[in-house]
Amino acid sequence: MYDKLALSDDILMKVEKPERYIGHEVNSVVKDKSKIAVRFAMCFPDVYEIGMSHLGIQILYDMFNAQEDVWCERVYSPWIDLDKIMREQNIPLFALESQDPIKDFDFLGITIQYEMCYTNILQILDLAQIPINSADRGEEYPIVIGGGPCTYNPEPLADFFDIFYIGEGETRYRELLDLYKECKASGVGRIEFLRRAAKIPGMYVPRFYKVTYHTDGTIESFLPTEEGIPSTITKEIVMDVTDTYYPMKPVVPFIKVTQDRVVLEIQRGCIRGCRFCQAGQLYRPVRERDVETLKRWAMEMLKNTGHEEISLSSLSSSDYSKLPELIDFLIEECSKKHINISLPSLRIDAFSLDVMSKVQDVKKSSLTFAPEAGSQRLRNVINKGLTEEVILKGATLAFEGGWTRVKLYFMLGLPTETEEDIRGIAELCNKIAATFFETVPKEKRVNGKIQIVASTSFFVPKPFTPFQWAPQCTKDEFIEKAYQTRKAISEQLNQKSIKYNWHEADASVLEGVLARGDRRLCEVIRRVYEKGCFYDAWSEYYDNEKWMETIEECGLSTDFYTHRERSTDEILPWDFIDCGVTKEFLKREWEKAKREEISENCKLKCQGCGAARFGGGICFEPRTIEIE
Amino acid sequence: MKLRIKFRKYGPIRFIGHLDVMRFFQKAIRRAQIDIAYTGGYSPHQIMTFAAPLGVGMTSNGEYMDIEVHSITSCADVKEKLNQASVPGIEIVSVKILPENAGNAMASVAAASYTVRFREGREPKCDIASELKNFLSRESIRVTKETKKGCRELDLKEGIYQLFWEDNAFYMLLCASSAGNIKPVQVVDALLAQSGETLQENALLITREDVFTSIVQTEAGATDTLVNKSLHLVSLDEIGSEKIPSTENPYES
Repeated sequence: MYDKLALSDDILMKVEKPERYIGHEVNSVVKDKSKIAVRFAMCFPDVYEIGMSHLGIQILYDMFNAQEDVWCERVYSPWIDLDKIMREQNIPLFALESQDPIKDFDFLGITIQYEMCYTNILQILDLAQIPINSADRGEEYPIVIGGGPCTYNPEPLADFFDIFYIGEGETRYRELLDLYKECKASGVGRIEFLRRAAKIPGMYVPRFYKVTYHTDGTIESFLPTEEGIPSTITKEIVMDVTDTYYPMKPVVPFIKVTQDRVVLEIQRGCIRGCRFCQAGQLYRPVRERDVETLKRWAMEMLKNTGHEEISLSSLSSSDYSKLPELIDFLIEECSKKHINISLPSLRIDAFSLDVMSKVQDVKKSSLTFAPEAGSQRLRNVINKGLTEEVILKGATLAFEGGWTRVKLYFMLGLPTETEEDIRGIAELCNKIAATFFETVPKEKRVNGKIQIVASTSFFVPKPFTPFQWAPQCTKDEFIEKAYQTRKAISEQLNQKSIKYNWHEADASVLEGVLARGDRRLCEVIRRVYEKGCFYDAWSEYYDNEKWMETIEECGLSTDFYTHRERSTDEILPWDFIDCGVTKEFLKREWEKAKREEISENCKLKCQGCGAARFGGGICFEPRTIEIE
Repeated sequence: MKLRIKFRKYGPIRFIGHLDVMRFFQKAIRRAQIDIAYTGGYSPHQIMTFAAPLGVGMTSNGEYMDIEVHSITSCADVKEKLNQASVPGIEIVSVKILPENAGNAMASVAAASYTVRFREGREPKCDIASELKNFLSRESIRVTKETKKGCRELDLKEGIYQLFWEDNAFYMLLCASSAGNIKPVQVVDALLAQSGETLQENALLITREDVFTSIVQTEAGATDTLVNKSLHLVSLDEIGSEKIPSTENPYES
């Protein structure tokens, strides 16, 4: 047992939630340092409670630690209070398990899940006392490697990482670590290691690429600087998702974290092809896990963690072909053991309502619909196959079953959106309320009313979606749209039953800049961090003014990255990555969107996106006819 | 059947707060597959009570939790399974079956004993042994205690059952009832105040040694060592027995 703590008792007694920093959790892995060849620090650059809730890290942590010569440990962003103390007292950032400084590790792996954590990455490097720029790192420093969805446009972070791992982490790490060991043994040095790493599939080493720009700021060329460095990086993907790594003993935190439950990932990818959704494109093709394996994993993980809840995870659980069988099994087993089942992302239909009534208290829970757009026209544009008829039918069934709370999610600022589409949001909410009053007779109404909560977020176009060329709204446009929504709702007959929430517009603009940004933003991120910005994902710490002022200082403009419609001929900063779906497919979808045409999902008809080249998943399964 | 579980808490685990220790045990009991009883209702929870919560940063050799179970193979088996499901720093010391009429761990707490040391470099200047002599001979030790509603004066004297200084450590037996709970830091604070000294920040290393209940009738000799002769204190650990009662409730099917 490691009794050592990196922080003194005085510090631990002073900071909020000292449990964030002491390790020792159930199932955390401690190894004998003297027998380890590669020490890997795995980081989620946000506070412990968020980072510990991330499945990807748990998978890789388990995978690395299954290997005898590797010890993988965890590290998260110190909260504001500890951050200040560490700077004052010059305490280097440490890993939770050994409490050793990160700077002494071989690798620092950072998962990059959302744009608003970029400054936290710099905080991690800075506190770890590792030079922030890759170019300034000498032989003694860890190799800094990034992964996760944001690496599909890694350019705004290019200066800070030695390597980006593009795609699913299960496939190439062993190869990379072996190369590292070999290079270390032969003493060829850091740069040579990176040069060789750049030739492993999926590895993007930004220092070996050069970008030139046209005078209008768009990219003129993006090319490798050396012979033998690939000009395109194809994403890595696990084709057999059943026979692969999955943590049977996930780490169980002492403190309550966001995801305080067993997470069972039932499939990867999504058949739906919603045109705003990045995950739906990046993780193609859909790969389902074997249901018998999932049953075994569920029981094993519940036993090893002691969690009182299990949650299914996927982009669209309703599309998993063996869902009824899996849920029946879980209900049967879990009710014996007083274990709750949580079922996110289910489409509302007779089956899911039946299941939900079995696993949750109907009176306390709410129904969730995500129409995303208010009118059928706009839903066709975004290829969201949900119709008003289906929503109202689902609502009727639900009200008959006793539900009285409905949540609805919409986006504002979608391409081609008009005032009429926005009014559609209010009208749809109103119709749902009316459906309640028609369905449930007065004497049967609990508290006599229905609660509808409509929430809107602002649409941010993302790379590798058909909307990657689309203009994003400005802040003023966003605010105007939220105002219109609120006004339209207030004009509805049933407005008293409808509550409306909307997000801040500031952060959505910045998110848009970073999502489709280029290398020139590295300077912005660095400067804004030096001005004291981090924890940007936490609205109470987000300083929009500093960001806007810094973008201007660097001679850049938010409109260039967000508000401009890009030509389909333009070289996009992420074009060097091949995520499986082709640019031709995305262009086709963009054109269809403008024509308000829908594309059937993968189960109904192949749209020829390009992901079939991976040789598996849904692309090679017989098509079925969907019965709505 | 009610079980009383005694455990130690030490090392880095001393920074785990009371509520999180409870969460820890809820999960540990599932991992150990103990046949614990649940409350009824829509969201059933494990029937589990803890004795006096331990402050963050303190270690302990005598923490208690009572749980209700449907069945066990043996106390030793429960102890072993829980230890296997635990982490270094939380160690189950004993498991005992409580008599039917025993009060729960939380409600019956009357006193707690502590070993208290000074952190290196944070020792007071005064001669503790001689200060302590004066301290114990005082009629009353009045201190003001800050509460949520403001300040309240209280007399520590009534609640200090035993206090001595040996091998550079205090040993204290203090009242821990819900009405008159005294913290070790209050005692040391008052002791130093006597010679005009103030306790430095975070100066004490505190280990709770055990938690006691008061019983009305006690066997002869059990309370001999106590300063306050009218109190009959026994360790919470002494209430139960390891023997499974041979006759289970005959009315239960």
